Amino acid sequence: MGLLDKWKNIKETEVEPGIDHTMYLTLKEERRISRENSRIIKQFEREKNRKNVPEEEYLTQMRDPNNVVEFDNLHTYFFTDVGTVKSVNGVTFDIPQGKVVGVVGESGCGKSVTSLSLMQLVQAPQGQIVAGSIRYQSRDGKCYEITKMPKDRMLKVRGKEIAMIFQEPMTSLNPVFKIGEQMDEVVLLHEEGATPKAARERSLEMLNLVGIADPQKVYNNYPHELSGGMRQRVMIAMALSCTPRLIIADEPTTALDVTIQAQILELLRDVKNKINGSIMLITHDLGVIAEMADYVVVMYAGRIIEKGTVREIFHNPKHPYTIGLMRSKPSGKTKDNRLYSIKGQVPNPINMPNHCYFYNRCDRAIGICAEEYPEMIQFTDTHSAACHLCRNGGFMDTNSTKEQR
Amino acid sequence: MWNYLLKRVALALVILFGVSALIYLLSMLMPADYIDNQTAAAVQMGAMTLEDVQRLKELYGLADKSLPGIAKSYLSWLTSALSGDLGYSFLYGRPVSDVLSQYIWISFMIAFISYLLEIAIGIPMGIKASVNQYSAYDYTVSVFAMMGTALPSFFLSALLMNVFAIRLGILPLQGLTTATKVFPPNAHFQILLDKAWHLVLPITVLTLLGVGGLMKFTRTNMLEVLNSDYIRTARAKGLSENVVTYKHAFRNTLIPLVTSLSGMLPGLFGGAMITETVFAIPGIGYMALRATQQGDIPFIMGYNMFLAILTVLGMLISDIMYMVVDPRVKLS
Repeated sequence: MGLLDKWKNIKETEVEPGIDHTMYLTLKEERRISRENSRIIKQFEREKNRKNVPEEEYLTQMRDPNNVVEFDNLHTYFFTDVGTVKSVNGVTFDIPQGKVVGVVGESGCGKSVTSLSLMQLVQAPQGQIVAGSIRYQSRDGKCYEITKMPKDRMLKVRGKEIAMIFQEPMTSLNPVFKIGEQMDEVVLLHEEGATPKAARERSLEMLNLVGIADPQKVYNNYPHELSGGMRQRVMIAMALSCTPRLIIADEPTTALDVTIQAQILELLRDVKNKINGSIMLITHDLGVIAEMADYVVVMYAGRIIEKGTVREIFHNPKHPYTIGLMRSKPSGKTKDNRLYSIKGQVPNPINMPNHCYFYNRCDRAIGICAEEYPEMIQFTDTHSAACHLCRNGGFMDTNSTKEQR
Repeated sequence: MWNYLLKRVALALVILFGVSALIYLLSMLMPADYIDNQTAAAVQMGAMTLEDVQRLKELYGLADKSLPGIAKSYLSWLTSALSGDLGYSFLYGRPVSDVLSQYIWISFMIAFISYLLEIAIGIPMGIKASVNQYSAYDYTVSVFAMMGTALPSFFLSALLMNVFAIRLGILPLQGLTTATKVFPPNAHFQILLDKAWHLVLPITVLTLLGVGGLMKFTRTNMLEVLNSDYIRTARAKGLSENVVTYKHAFRNTLIPLVTSLSGMLPGLFGGAMITETVFAIPGIGYMALRATQQGDIPFIMGYNMFLAILTVLGMLISDIMYMVVDPRVKLS
């Protein structure tokens, strides 16, 4: 790369056309927003707090009986003081039985909020599922509509059928209770007629399963007496103790050092096979995805921009953002002096443009990209992407793209 | 642990020594001492000469106000205090320790009852406000708590006295016993009831003043805990909201609460100077205020040392309780 090109590159990254990151609200607007928010929130909360909802209201049918979970056009919004943040904005994907689905995307793209929606754990009252559905096939063969499920009924799904592993093992365990107590709690809560003794035995068995050398000792330890990797193992053991159908792993290795990361991933894959469950793996580490996932969902600014099998995504990425992601991962093969990065930033989540969200960062953008949001385009049964460039089954002629901006 | 305690006690001794020296120096340097106060009228009328006053001062050990003189009299106070003798109160004419032990109990009763009431009211209110953050309940409680904290005690006392004792006439205005009533000598229960009746207003004042702070403290800490990762974990386990709040969250909020509340315990013996004075209740605070106004140095010294010991004790207790409630803390 010539010096001139380099300089040009730097200049381009500095100037961001098309996005206004500053937002000024007048007092009047602010009041209008907060009034509207409280009206909307009240409406949703009333719906959620209903008691004695008949089961028929939240029973549904799966599109494909092989799926454990189906997200269908899910919209989860946050009604904040400065406006509505559309964290998840029309997300549709399936988690098949016994498979690992990886969800990738940069920070704030709605990965975690999607998974929290599935658990009904979105930070209420600001965060609400406003539209779409999440269908869940329970172990008893019934299909539930999670978005309509009453709170008390959801308690029987959380932790028992869908378990969650969080990003920060250091802060995800309660510091004032012993490991054993925190683990027994899950078993005592969900297993019918479980005695404290049986719960203890189950907890010890689970600690053993996740490869903790001295379960007896760890059982009586407080969280602060364990290392990060140990705590994540405990979290996994806790998630497994009711043999869930689905484990949501929200960046399970981000806070750990690399050698421990590998061990934890190995462990996750291991236990998945042992309990024959599915995993929804949320991460921004493509290496983890390549290692673990069967299917990949790529999210950007609250929407899915590409999904497919891991092979399709890695070998034949279609969306310019996915291509950018692939290029920005370090590889041992090439000896470039600089790691590739996608220039620019995600647009302001409050005032999303009505054209493609990636338009301002895309180096292949054409005229139509600034006009409407692209539809999902199907390439194979499993592979699809939302990009105008892919409309004819592949890339359109992209030679004349830059000039048209 | 024992090492730590030993170190703390040694440190406390140094602090107490410093405090006593400072208070002694300051009270000796007060412009008008006990004798001046007592004899001013007599001197003015000519009943006493200045020589008489000077003789009295020498008798009371107040004659030499130079620095070496103060140091000498301080040392003699210190040696007798160390042997357990706090001296005679000028004003009350009795050993200081006698006065203290007689009057602290009524003060302690008032303070302890309002302390229990504060806990019983403030903590549940704080929890409820934090669980329903930004709700009407939260705002209402917060406003009243702020008002309670912001009101000066003498003003609140006067207000309540005016409303309940003067206007409505349902509660006694001042004092500890009804002067107009004559009780038979063995009517202990009736006497006790009468005293309790007199303590309703002072206890109300102290409770109202303290409950707001405790409620705010609980609310803030609870909110912090409720936003932490392990609460999300607890919810993800499928625990009901009540278990999440009262077991997982509150157990963590207890750490700062127990630490600060247990630290307050010794201080309950210290008396509420202003409130006791307004209500004319013969508690230790009231006695101390009178003694201070009169320049009764042995009593000032005795009372303030008592307060200092309570404070040091409070800090020590709160350290120990911190270790008891938080498994992460080891004293060393």
